[in-house]
Amino acid sequence: MILYGVRRFINYLVLTLLATVVGYVLASLVLNPAARFYGRNPRPSDAAIESSLRRLGVDPHKPLLERTWDWMSGIFLHGTFGLENNLDPVGHDMLVRSGVSLQLLLIGSVLGAVLGVTLGVWGAVRQYQLSDQVVTYASYVVLSTPVFVIGVLLMILATSFNGWAGQQVIQFTGQYTPGLSGTWNVLADRLSHLLLPTIALAALGAAEYSRYQRNAMLDVLSADYIRTARSKGRTRNSAMIRHGVRVALIPMSTYFAYSFGTLIAGSTFLELIFSWHGMGELALTSITQNDVNATAGSVFYLSILVLISSTLAEVLYAALDPRVRI
Amino acid sequence: MTDAPLLEVRDLSVSFPQGADEVRAVRGISYTVDQGEFLGIVGESGSGKSVSSMAIMGLLPRNAVVTGDVLLRGESLLGRDDRELSRLRGKEIAMIFQDPLSALTPVYTVGDQIAEGLMLHDRALSQQAASVRAVELLRVVGIPAPERRVKAFPHEFSGGMRQRVMIAIAIANDPDLIIADEPTTALDVTIQAQILEVLQQAKEMTGAAVVLITHDLGVVAGNADRIAVMYAGRLVETGSVDDVFSRPEMPYTIGLLRSVPNLVTAGRTRLVPLEGRPPSLSDLPPGCPFEPRCPISVPECTTAEPPLLVLGGGHSAACIRAPEIESGALQASDVFPRPEPVSLGSEIGSEQEPVLTIEGLVRHFPLTTGMVFKKQIGTVKAVDGIDLQVRAGEVLGLVGESGCGKSTTILEVLEMTRPQAGSIRIAGRDVADLSRSDRLSLRKDVQIVFQDPMAALDPRLTVGDIIGEPLTVHGDSKMERRRRVAELLDLVGLEHSMSSRYPHEFSGGQRQRIGIARALATNPRLLVLDEPVSALDVSIQAGVMNLLEDLKARLRLSYLFVAHDLAVVRQIADTVAVMYLGRIVETGDVGEVFARPHHPYTQALMSAVPIPDPEAERSRERILLDGDLPSPTDEISGCNFHGRCPLYKILDPSRQQQCVTEDPRLRMIDTTSAACHHVEQNTLQPL
Ligand SMILES: Nc1ncnc2c1ncn2[C@@H]1O[C@H](COP(=O)(O)OP(=O)(O)OP(=O)(O)O)[C@@H](O)[C@H]1O
Ligand code: SF4
Ligand code: SF4
Ligand SMILES: [Mg+2]
Repeated sequence: MILYGVRRFINYLVLTLLATVVGYVLASLVLNPAARFYGRNPRPSDAAIESSLRRLGVDPHKPLLERTWDWMSGIFLHGTFGLENNLDPVGHDMLVRSGVSLQLLLIGSVLGAVLGVTLGVWGAVRQYQLSDQVVTYASYVVLSTPVFVIGVLLMILATSFNGWAGQQVIQFTGQYTPGLSGTWNVLADRLSHLLLPTIALAALGAAEYSRYQRNAMLDVLSADYIRTARSKGRTRNSAMIRHGVRVALIPMSTYFAYSFGTLIAGSTFLELIFSWHGMGELALTSITQNDVNATAGSVFYLSILVLISSTLAEVLYAALDPRVRI
Repeated sequence: MTDAPLLEVRDLSVSFPQGADEVRAVRGISYTVDQGEFLGIVGESGSGKSVSSMAIMGLLPRNAVVTGDVLLRGESLLGRDDRELSRLRGKEIAMIFQDPLSALTPVYTVGDQIAEGLMLHDRALSQQAASVRAVELLRVVGIPAPERRVKAFPHEFSGGMRQRVMIAIAIANDPDLIIADEPTTALDVTIQAQILEVLQQAKEMTGAAVVLITHDLGVVAGNADRIAVMYAGRLVETGSVDDVFSRPEMPYTIGLLRSVPNLVTAGRTRLVPLEGRPPSLSDLPPGCPFEPRCPISVPECTTAEPPLLVLGGGHSAACIRAPEIESGALQASDVFPRPEPVSLGSEIGSEQEPVLTIEGLVRHFPLTTGMVFKKQIGTVKAVDGIDLQVRAGEVLGLVGESGCGKSTTILEVLEMTRPQAGSIRIAGRDVADLSRSDRLSLRKDVQIVFQDPMAALDPRLTVGDIIGEPLTVHGDSKMERRRRVAELLDLVGLEHSMSSRYPHEFSGGQRQRIGIARALATNPRLLVLDEPVSALDVSIQAGVMNLLEDLKARLRLSYLFVAHDLAVVRQIADTVAVMYLGRIVETGDVGEVFARPHHPYTQALMSAVPIPDPEAERSRERILLDGDLPSPTDEISGCNFHGRCPLYKILDPSRQQQCVTEDPRLRMIDTTSAACHHVEQNTLQPL
């Protein structure tokens, strides 16, 4: 079992490295790091531009292969990801920012998964009853609404709630209010800032997972083993929960990995809307600013996330389904 | 406790609303089951057997409308809610289902699933005590090494073993009533015999009454005390097994009994076909539902549905002419006369080159693991050196348990390419040296009919196109095709007008006729029939079997007839080959082999086949095989049957030694050949 997990992990690790290399190559091909100097007034001399590009390691006169090699060996030998345009080390920035992003992503996706699974099971058990239909429509509405619209809507609601309460109960810009002191104050402040983006992300996840879970449940509801469980003396509902949900969770582990991508994309937008300085922000700004190293670093971060979620999904699958255990 | 019967079903009806219509699956059935009684319910597919028993358990889907009453020891069950019923289910009434492969939850161990049933009804029972009891129960139902096997997951068990687990679950709480819904239908005959034996033991141990639902009259004859026949959602005949089998009084039962091939009598008389199909349950005619298929119907039959009339000796039948049948004024042979035997010359041509000659055929499959780096971990010897011969006008029956290599053999024949070892000659030509065009033209000579008539026919093509399809491959003109299709429809007993209709409009038997017509389109010399009737209801089987017999005689066809049902093979085949783990273990003239089987496997196979005759069944001594077919990857030294061989067990050690070390070859014994060292010492008595 552990061996199985390790094997799958190595498998994905190779893919991650490949994705990172491709990410760097693509970023180098598409982005033009010199472009940001052209608009300056006065425009710096070509020699000056070149020397700052060289400092960043993105000198266009060097062969792409060599630049890629340099960048990759930087990761492996020194654990660095090159410098950003403003000469901050990418690695350091990533460390700080991924902490911010993961906070949102982890809480949001775990909440979303739990909520989605519960709603899916509930919907399937009460198929076509009012509650099932409400859940179904609600999840379609969430899925078809762009995530930034959801974010903005939540903000509007929070504003009127704050107005009604007469004070800033719900915070929705940044991750924290600077200058607070006292553990409890800081914690409460953080939670209050987390509230809206987490709701948005969890809603997105729940909407998606609940669809999958409902379908997976409907597949097992008419299964023979549910009938067997009932014939042993279980009630319909208890047979469904003890036997049905357990089996229906098996395909879900794969869906978790798939839909994690959607959640990462969603959280990127949410970071922008709620002015969080996370990895999503880094990825978007680095592209618009033609920052090759930061862009490639963001790709690396993304592929690591995919690596972890895919390995987790596989391990979960094997843990849930004795038929694939080795 | 009152002296009410254990179970009483009173005027039970079940219908399923479907849009504006409703499917009336069960229509007012009443019966009782006494303490410790064994009731068999038979009927063809869709007659309402499963629905009526699920209604008793309260396991129907929620849209089912159930009326009437079900009383357990005089107390009504209908109208109780799920929670109250769940206290009875598994404790008082237990159920065993048809498909053991899907009946167990894949993610829990079998031990846990047995323990679950125990703990649900005994809250005080500890997890530990429950697992100890689970081991015990597994031992009772004959699972070897139960201490180890309790921890196994269902997918690690074969179908037969899973059905044993289901029986263990059913008897766990010592129920008073066990309902078994086709518990052996999905299993091989040898495994079926084992499971029925276990069920009988379970019944004796718990003293429970058993309701056994089946479509196999033989299974009822051998096990039940009483029988109830269902047709179109109704009970049409009930009585003691002896009464009903020897003096059936409802024309449907008469037809059913005369249509099944019987291992003992098969091959000597023709089967009696029961044409037509049951009425649609959403649109029933007012009169007797059997009227369209009944040969002795009278005008009154269409006015009102005859009720179940009690005749003499606890025997009841739902037919307005039942009194005439009972009195003997109408004989069974008048109701369903036997068709004339085919008289056309059908002697087997021994002078010519055989149509098919297989010598030393081998087909091994490497078994590998790993996705990227394949590693061979064994070899599946699907076909391991077999000889077969089909002469012109001859039917060779190939029988054996599932997984013994029957299908691989016929695939090799149809492939017409050089085998891994050995040779295949078709019409005198070795397939190994065929050119591409030779192969195409030789393909015309060999055609196949598949098991599942629905899956084998393209649902989007008309019947005419389906039948004409092989002709387009071999390039015939359109007119020519149309003429030929009409001719073929004639040949298989279908109307010309049917050629413009689609497969789904036909019944199972008709579809199989379409499949046969298609196979005949190219005027083949050899038909390969892969379980051609096993997917059909017994009443339909007879018609298709008779058709095959007629066609063989009229067109001087040869058949390679693959089946697991020995009675069917006995009925149609001239020679028979019994296959076990890729080998032919016995072969010879069908009459000889069936009358005096020499190989212990053949004997066990035959003795496992239930005979639809209660008297014959009672006097039989079964030769039971141990365990399942070994895994095809196992390396077995000597005779590959020695692990299960009933003869091996009673041999002296020196002879046993020979079985374990020496691989027996086929050798002539009297007039047949068998692959067993100790035929001369064989004292087993089959049948
Ligand atoms: N849930 C359902 N909804 C609608 N019709 C149903 C449902 N379940 C069963 N039926 C119908 O009820 C009729 C009787 O079915 P049932 O399963 O009892 O037949 P059976 O005698 O057990 O047949 P088999 O030998 O194939 O198991 C069939 O026409 C079937 O299509
Ligand atoms: S009632 Fe009429 S149609 Fe029905 S079985 Fe009897 S004779 Fe045949
Ligand atoms: S050779 Fe031995 S093991 Fe094989 S069938 Fe004969 S008696 Fe049984
Ligand atoms: Mg059924």
